[in-house]
Amino acid sequence: MLEIRNLHAEIDGKKILNGLTLTVKDGEVAAIMGPNGSGKSTLSYVVAGRSDYTVTAGEVFLNGENILELPPHERAARGLFLAFQYPVEIPGVTTHVFLRTALNAQRKARGEAELKTAEFMKLMRAAADKLSVTQEMLRRPLNVGFSGGEKKRLEILQMTLLAPKFGILDETDSGLDIDALRVVSDGVNDLRAPDRGFLVITHYQRLLDHIKPDTVHIMAQGRIIKTGGPELALELEKNGYRDFVADAA
Amino acid sequence: MAAVLETLETVKSVDVDAYKYGFVTDIESDKAPKGLNEDIVRFISAKKNEPAWLTEWRLDAYRRWLTMTEPKWARVDYPKIDYQDLYYYSAPKTHAGPKSLDEVDPELLKTYEKLGIPLREREILAGVQGAKVAVDAVFDSVSVATTFREELSKAGVVFCPISEAVHSHPELVQKYLGSVVPVTDNYFATLNSAVFSDGSFVYIPPGVRCPMELSTYFRINEQNTGQFERTLIIADKGSYVSYLEGCTAPKRDENQLHAAVVELIALEDAEIKYSTVQNWYPGDSQGRGGIYNFVTKRGDCRGDRSKISWTQVETGSAITWKYPSCILRGDHSRGEFYSIAISNGRQQVDSGTKMLHLGRNTTSRIISKGISAGRSSNTYRGQVFAHRKADGARNFTNCDSLLIGNACGAHTVPYIESRNSGAVFEHEATTSKISEDQLFYCMQRGLSAEEATALIVNGFVRDVLQQLPMEFAVEAQKLIAVSLEGSVG
Repeated sequence: MLEIRNLHAEIDGKKILNGLTLTVKDGEVAAIMGPNGSGKSTLSYVVAGRSDYTVTAGEVFLNGENILELPPHERAARGLFLAFQYPVEIPGVTTHVFLRTALNAQRKARGEAELKTAEFMKLMRAAADKLSVTQEMLRRPLNVGFSGGEKKRLEILQMTLLAPKFGILDETDSGLDIDALRVVSDGVNDLRAPDRGFLVITHYQRLLDHIKPDTVHIMAQGRIIKTGGPELALELEKNGYRDFVADAA
Repeated sequence: MAAVLETLETVKSVDVDAYKYGFVTDIESDKAPKGLNEDIVRFISAKKNEPAWLTEWRLDAYRRWLTMTEPKWARVDYPKIDYQDLYYYSAPKTHAGPKSLDEVDPELLKTYEKLGIPLREREILAGVQGAKVAVDAVFDSVSVATTFREELSKAGVVFCPISEAVHSHPELVQKYLGSVVPVTDNYFATLNSAVFSDGSFVYIPPGVRCPMELSTYFRINEQNTGQFERTLIIADKGSYVSYLEGCTAPKRDENQLHAAVVELIALEDAEIKYSTVQNWYPGDSQGRGGIYNFVTKRGDCRGDRSKISWTQVETGSAITWKYPSCILRGDHSRGEFYSIAISNGRQQVDSGTKMLHLGRNTTSRIISKGISAGRSSNTYRGQVFAHRKADGARNFTNCDSLLIGNACGAHTVPYIESRNSGAVFEHEATTSKISEDQLFYCMQRGLSAEEATALIVNGFVRDVLQQLPMEFAVEAQKLIAVSLEGSVG
């Protein structure tokens, strides 16, 4: 369960989050929609612990523990995963080596045994097949020269392997064609579980046709201005943000 | 880091008091007095029972050295070295030529073990499978253990301390010593020629592929001992050898001078692959202590179609001044230089290579990866030269620099000179920084800042790591992580 209370954050002296409060329960898929510049990506970075943002007030609880004081890798080891809008290229680091290093780093941090190469390869192959990630891709340097669709599929592959307690998807649908969108959404849907929550950040209703949310939140000027069910996303699609944002102002 | 510290501390406590034998003229003693003069040169030569020609060779070098001055062109800055305040010879007490590991002082073996460089023969004796590596361990100035001698000698390969080769293969030593790095080559090489203590000698007979990797670990242990290794490797026609050199030095407060000379000779169709992992003490974060490493390494592709390949991973030393080079004399000969140089703290690295194309259709390739962290300075200095007769000469150079933090510096100084209009030289250089995006991405996946840095750096140097023999590559990878500790955050 992810619980965000009255979160205020800024970067370079500029306030981006203004008292954001949001709770996503275990098993719940919550969607956040909002106009450009409303602070959606900042929210994902702040929750994941990116150091160039300063939290000036508020708390973030992951399964009851305040994680704001933890460095990013310790939040990850506690089960927080962020699928990036723009996955980062790391030249020279083979994708499968990266995956194994990350998984074993998390296991080690949790006091679990590191996976042997054979065990890991088995896990990775199974997950890769589901997401149409080829072995050839896994042998390439991480995200280097990958197409937009390949990068997003790889993000979901990582989420599958790391099996987080809570996943944040930051505009995972951006840059995807219809087929890739389906593969990625199926991957996410496979991971839905009673003990795992998701926060899906998106601009468009079309992703929510594939990943059906339980709740929809509208974000503007750094806070949640309206909360509802899936019908809220449809309403937005029809009328745009203007009415909601005007109401809130 | 704790393990590294412990190692350093342990090593510091070992052996320091082992050399309490003073010296004046007693030839049986273990250490020459401080300072350098003709008597010291003669003493070193006499200790090794050298033939007259070699004594004269040394003395000639010493006299020439007196007329020379230290080179100043490198981008390094250090206090003046007092050459009269150094010891030029020291030997472990028990240097009576052990025939097997059992005869080696267990204290020495323990020291190597603490340094994480076990004499690998033990593994093999214990039934551990894997690549065979013959080790010629140099402890200060005398080789204490030479392994696999027999198996090598079956193949006709000679692998022994150079002090021994002077007696067992005098014709080879006399013919080749100083033939690649002449006595007068440069200040430090000339000094080495006068006072060189020991080192490895390798001869591979015609047509022989050396049946195993040859390996030497150098270690500087004695306080205030300049170390002057001399290595000579000759690959006769059509032969092949891969040679690994590893270096470690325990922590010392005073700077120690190291001025080695390595000469490689590849005759027709021969190939020499020379790999180095150097992790000498780099000094503390304030720049106190650490090794001064002024090394002359040069290979001569003397025969047609010969090949010499240098691979180096440099993480240690306070000052590094090192340019492993290739003279491409034979037609169709090939030179390669693959380098990873990491500097942290206050380290200063000025390193690179020279590719001198003399023969026709000679080719060379330079891949250099410099990583600077802390307040260090890291310079790549390379020369590519084509003689006017070097038709069809080709070189490809790629220099990449990676900066970690804002207080370090990276410099690339290429010298390119072609006297043949048909020569094709290509040069590429990049400088980059580890980005916040990369760090955050890795950390979000569960890596700590240091693990993330090490992973990104390992990716950066991957092209070069792949050139290292397998087990060396693993060691080098760990070393990279260790040497970058404390460079982030």
